[in-house]
Amino acid sequence: VSARPARRGELEDLLRESAPRALAAVVRRFGDFGDFEDAVQEALIDAARQWPDRGTPESPTGWLIAVASRRLTDRIRADSARRDREVRIAAEPPPGPGAEADDTLALIFICCRPELTPASAIALTLRAVGGLSTAQIAAAFLVPETTMGRRIARAKQTVAAADESFGLPAPAARKERLGAVLRVLYLIFNEGYAASEGAQLARTELSAEAIRLTRIARLALPAEPEVGGLLALMLLTDARRPARTDPAGELVPLDEQDRSLWDAAAIDEGTRTLAEAVAGGAVGPYQLQAAIAAAHDRASRPEDTDWAEILALYGLLEAVTPGPMVALNRAVAAAMANGPEAGLALLDELGPRLEGHHRVHAVRAHLLELAGDEPGAHTEYERAAELTASLPEQRYLTRQAARLASAA
Amino acid sequence: MKFLLLQHYGRVEGDVPPMSQWAPADVDAHIKFQLDLNAELMERGEFVEAQALTGPELAKNVIGNGADMVITDGPFAESKELLAGWRMVDVESEERAIEIAAQASVGPGPNGVPLRQQIEVRQLLGPIEPTE
Repeated sequence: VSARPARRGELEDLLRESAPRALAAVVRRFGDFGDFEDAVQEALIDAARQWPDRGTPESPTGWLIAVASRRLTDRIRADSARRDREVRIAAEPPPGPGAEADDTLALIFICCRPELTPASAIALTLRAVGGLSTAQIAAAFLVPETTMGRRIARAKQTVAAADESFGLPAPAARKERLGAVLRVLYLIFNEGYAASEGAQLARTELSAEAIRLTRIARLALPAEPEVGGLLALMLLTDARRPARTDPAGELVPLDEQDRSLWDAAAIDEGTRTLAEAVAGGAVGPYQLQAAIAAAHDRASRPEDTDWAEILALYGLLEAVTPGPMVALNRAVAAAMANGPEAGLALLDELGPRLEGHHRVHAVRAHLLELAGDEPGAHTEYERAAELTASLPEQRYLTRQAARLASAA
Repeated sequence: MKFLLLQHYGRVEGDVPPMSQWAPADVDAHIKFQLDLNAELMERGEFVEAQALTGPELAKNVIGNGADMVITDGPFAESKELLAGWRMVDVESEERAIEIAAQASVGPGPNGVPLRQQIEVRQLLGPIEPTE
């Protein structure tokens, strides 16, 4: 035990880092998931109580593994039907620290099993790997703690029923499973980035957690370019966070942001990460989206934006992952590169696929205004405001409509 | 995504008397139905909140005039358009919210006959939806 008691912030960081490693080691040893997550949580509570007074153990992870294993063994002893397993476990050597990034990523794979809905996978990942409490996750998603507890418990049952052996999936299955993992990590990031008032603090934490977990995934799978692509995308997007809302909490669109507020270190790291990913071969949608984010981040003034490059990247993205949202963004890029008429023509082509979605109307409003049709823009902004389910977007669109009201 | 499922007094099929005139066993069965549905939603990790409102007799409509309060209407003996209560759910899709609404619609009325109540489904304004 070290002589120095841990300070509170340090302790939280340490526990958050150690928890998934300990959980992975315990799952590896006992070969199951549901109960063991509880045992590790209990061990974490013990640690939070004991370490500040008694000092931090030499090996925090080892301490957590030992305490969680002891609790589990007690539980298993109490369950006569599992006596056989106890005998087997007692004969095994104690778990070693293992390759830490691999273990954490293996846990993420378990938490992102394809049987789980996105909301369940997000909650389970944050709880089991992120080390967030059920109360914290519930607060971030503005639902009662009991509801979140049940959501997590059900997700654990699903995972237990799948009875997956612990470890990274075999290469054949890995590609598809990795897709699900990256999607969940990106959704966690977006939940954090789309901060709503009230839950803002908790949500900002979600973005940081998503970045942390994606970093770990990249360490474990350095040869998967899309993992690096996703990390780059997160860093390059998160870099703009300080400029994205004004002091009143209102959304500031990209072309009106104070770019001196952008996080230059995050942009640097994101750009480097992207370059490494792209050098790894196989270009995928996360790398392309990161490249688009990088093109925006490179421009120190909006008018310096290389829209021709962005338009080309959206063309590639649409080829890799066709979809109405990508097509919509390509229409914006076309308008910026070649004039509003080019964008409006693409929007018309898109027509029925997205009619009734607020973003189509918001984009059409923007392009009509650029083309000088203020009454048309006013009508489209109003329509977009009626259709959005997002409060900050609704405020923004209503303000745009009001600005053009005299023209209508 | 979160949805409010709104239940109004009058929006039921056929001629159903106010609950105050139901047999006690029918009232109990209806309340049990609502509580069971809440428990089921809780179990599925979808429940956010459910509230029943006091009856029309206590309802008032108010419009301020900037200086003092002006009660323009109410109490109401019976108003079919008045809200009786709501449920808030956090679900994966609008389809799932509609499925829950359909389930809530068929709570038992007098003699256990399903009410087929019309449920209004409204999405909450939330944070920005991630684009995929």
